[in-house]
Amino acid sequence: METLASLGDGFAVALTWQNIGLALLGCFLGTVMGALPGLGPSNGVAILIPLAFTMGLGPTPSLILLTSVYYGAMYGGRISSILLNIPGDEPAMMTCLDGHPMAKKGLAGEALSLSGISSFVGAFLATWGLILLAPQLVKFALLFGPAEYFALFVLAFATLGGVSSTNQAKSAFAAMLGLGVGVIGVDTQTGVPRLTFGEVHLYDGIDFLVAIVGLFALSEVFIFLETRHDKSDSVGRVEVGRLTPPWSMIKRCIPSMLRASGLGFVAGVLPGAGASLGSFIAYSMEKRMVDREGTFGTGDPRGVAAPEAGNNAAAGGALVPMLALGVPGSGTTAVLLAVLLALNITPGPLLFTENPDVVWGLIAALFIANFMLLAMNIPMVGMFTRVLMVPPKILMPLVAMVSFVGIYGISGSSFDLMVMVGFGVLGWVLRKLDVPLVPIILGTLLGSTMENNLRRAVTISNGDYLTLVGSPLAIGLWVVAIVGFVLPVFVGRLVRSRMRGARDQDAGITD
Amino acid sequence: MSDRIFGAVGLILAAFYAWATLQIQVSFLSDAVGPKTFPLAIAAILAISSLAILLRPDEGPDWPGIGRLAEIAAATVVMILYAQFLPEVGFVTATALASAYLSWRLGNTILMAIVAGISISVGIYVVFNLVLGLSLARGPFGF
Repeated sequence: METLASLGDGFAVALTWQNIGLALLGCFLGTVMGALPGLGPSNGVAILIPLAFTMGLGPTPSLILLTSVYYGAMYGGRISSILLNIPGDEPAMMTCLDGHPMAKKGLAGEALSLSGISSFVGAFLATWGLILLAPQLVKFALLFGPAEYFALFVLAFATLGGVSSTNQAKSAFAAMLGLGVGVIGVDTQTGVPRLTFGEVHLYDGIDFLVAIVGLFALSEVFIFLETRHDKSDSVGRVEVGRLTPPWSMIKRCIPSMLRASGLGFVAGVLPGAGASLGSFIAYSMEKRMVDREGTFGTGDPRGVAAPEAGNNAAAGGALVPMLALGVPGSGTTAVLLAVLLALNITPGPLLFTENPDVVWGLIAALFIANFMLLAMNIPMVGMFTRVLMVPPKILMPLVAMVSFVGIYGISGSSFDLMVMVGFGVLGWVLRKLDVPLVPIILGTLLGSTMENNLRRAVTISNGDYLTLVGSPLAIGLWVVAIVGFVLPVFVGRLVRSRMRGARDQDAGITD
Repeated sequence: MSDRIFGAVGLILAAFYAWATLQIQVSFLSDAVGPKTFPLAIAAILAISSLAILLRPDEGPDWPGIGRLAEIAAATVVMILYAQFLPEVGFVTATALASAYLSWRLGNTILMAIVAGISISVGIYVVFNLVLGLSLARGPFGF
């Protein structure tokens, strides 16, 4: 009951003209970014963060704008999966398997609208899951002291590579690189400059927004420069056809959607899984459960509904640990965490008591965004299919320039722009070497909080480092962290090759 | 092979990081942990993971040919120049030049690239400066 009252307050916060307008803008931009191959949820949100700042928006409106982009990108990814057989973003990979065959059979419109409905079901249920689960997790998190928090951060880094990671050494390398960058600047406790090499610009540290935009957005531009091929303009046009799926088709998919939403949500909440794994698990479970005639992979509507519901539910689920613990479970939520930190809001258990308007306003905005997205993605999907025609040679310079504008707008400093270009090149090299970028982001974001918790814990116990494993809760977190780090070494290859295998066999595509 | 070089670079980076950490001047007022412990732990894990990458490398990526590498290097130079000259020549001019260059290198013809560059620049200026009121770099012409 209390929850419903808070939710009501949230709607009161969210239902202003400005917030509704921002949600609408966010949903639209998010869908566009999700649909465009090359721009996914994390870099979409990353590009827009500086704008939210320079527009001078308060915490709640900025969050509403950016989470709408996040949800929108999750919806949008399916459009190019279905029409072009190119996933618009990573989580939409599984939607290609049955979505594109449906489009080839002339059912593109049905596939688009059905996947829109599934996305809605997944995201809607996950938002309810967020409402129910997050406050419980907050109660639990209030038991945490500095030592437990330190262990929790270790856990976040250890599991961030995810179960599908093949090389844990590279994940660890990335995390340390991020933490290392986070250390740069004046030490908060003793006031001595660290690793600044006398450069005054570095005294207040490297702004994580600069790192994020450089790593995500600029490196994408470099990737396009590298792989440029001139035939990229000639995109095959697919007729969309009727946009309402027959009721019988929806009815047949409802159980799939519900199961996939549940699985996706759990995958989203768990650290290190995220939306890509959510849609993968949802698809493979569904295939195992209902695919008796072997129609999956040939354009079975249930094969479209399941991964879409799964990845949208995972997107909602990933918000749970981010809001309740301040520890994100996926790349995009790490970027959203950056927004919160930059707005001087510390996510975590206290957020729910100190800034209830932010939390509940955000949750209410998610509901509103969901309905907007449903409306945008079914009747108006034709508009977004036209966006796919924008060639990279226009799009990528635009992305680069908007990134520069955003960062320059915040700091007005050429030095920050140079650092951003540096991160862009670094991001390109690391992507080539298959080093994950998300741990770097998380490291720069959480580095100082992590260190402060460590120092606080050890100071409280008069310099005794054993305090870090001094409570059952802390020990439990350490055990999960170690298992989470070691497990992928054994099962990572398996999961990853299955993900690839499923894609190759079923759809007969190689790329 | 790429990973072996990468691991070696990582080791050097870790050593450099540890060295730079040891240069930190500790003030007389310090807490129990001090400002050096955390960075040293980072350097240690960085070294271990670099060693692991060096000893058990993955398959190397497909590095682009020398032409493509030059392409990326040139784009980097353009972006650095952009960052340097933005406050001096003003937003619209700098952005038009930089985006025209990128658009040209991404496969537009020169003429179309110039058109694209100017439209991107003016478009961003109109949306961000005139509509949203964001202050962009002013050049000698006031835009």
